[in-house]
Amino acid sequence: MTRVKPEPMQVVKQRRDAALRALVSGVPYIRFLGIEFDRRGDEITATLPFDEKLIGNPMLPALHGGVSAAFLEVTAIVELSWATLWEDVETGRIDLSAPEPVLPRLPKTIDFTVDYLRSGLPRDAYARARVNRSGRRYASVHVEAWQDNRTRLYAQATGHFLMPERPHG
Amino acid sequence: MAQMSEDEEKLALARRFIEAIPHSRALAMHLEAIGGGHAVISMPWDERLVGDPRTGVIHGGAVSALMDTCCGAAVMSHPEAPAGTATIDLRIDYMRAATPRQRITARAEVYHITRTVAFLRATAHDEEAGLPVATATGAFTVERPKGEAK
Repeated sequence: MTRVKPEPMQVVKQRRDAALRALVSGVPYIRFLGIEFDRRGDEITATLPFDEKLIGNPMLPALHGGVSAAFLEVTAIVELSWATLWEDVETGRIDLSAPEPVLPRLPKTIDFTVDYLRSGLPRDAYARARVNRSGRRYASVHVEAWQDNRTRLYAQATGHFLMPERPHG
Repeated sequence: MAQMSEDEEKLALARRFIEAIPHSRALAMHLEAIGGGHAVISMPWDERLVGDPRTGVIHGGAVSALMDTCCGAAVMSHPEAPAGTATIDLRIDYMRAATPRQRITARAEVYHITRTVAFLRATAHDEEAGLPVATATGAFTVERPKGEAK
């Protein structure tokens, strides 16, 4: 019986972390908001570290509604691209160690609906997205954000996206 | 003439209020007009707000922030003068990519208001007239001053 020897853990980790980094680091707006991504296997969690410039109501104080919308939209797009990229990277279709790896284009938002459940407190926020449908052309993504308790969401959103054309169908 | 200066004073006050919001300031938002449940707020293109580095198109999230601020300002300017407002929900439809290096201007109006909820419509244009970059619809809370009869 022949079994393929599993790859060393560090090789796998490095490849996946590099893929996530390549996806995120090229987007100036993600850097502007200071959003970070944490990976466990293929699951990613976005963190929005608190910063004064994210405040929308200085009296309360509370995070700006637009910041929460942006955080959710960024998380949805990254999750959606990640789900596609994961396969390309794992199967070797995209080689990130190549001198100039070609990443697929990002999906485009068609519409995005944000549900504000409670005001965002002046502290870190977290978000995770779930791709509910991903076809060749359209995708539907749900995303949830929370602060102190995972089950007490402060905002959630659903968005539809136009998938980038894929050269290898 | 007196009316005119009173309006200008109101605009100046609202402008100071909106431009004092840290996130509005971070995006360099500028209040163009406000009153009667309508508001117009613009924002310059900025390299830091780019969502797709290949095209230089601004990220949808930044457009959302502009739309949300503009809707909130429109609610605050309604003659029924709520003491405060918060977004309940906001839906944005992205009609086309905003042209890089062009200013984005959002226009919001309260098209219906009840004792508790304001319903809004908004559009965002870049410097080209015609088809908006995005449109939005939203529901906002109407917060009454404390002690007011319910």
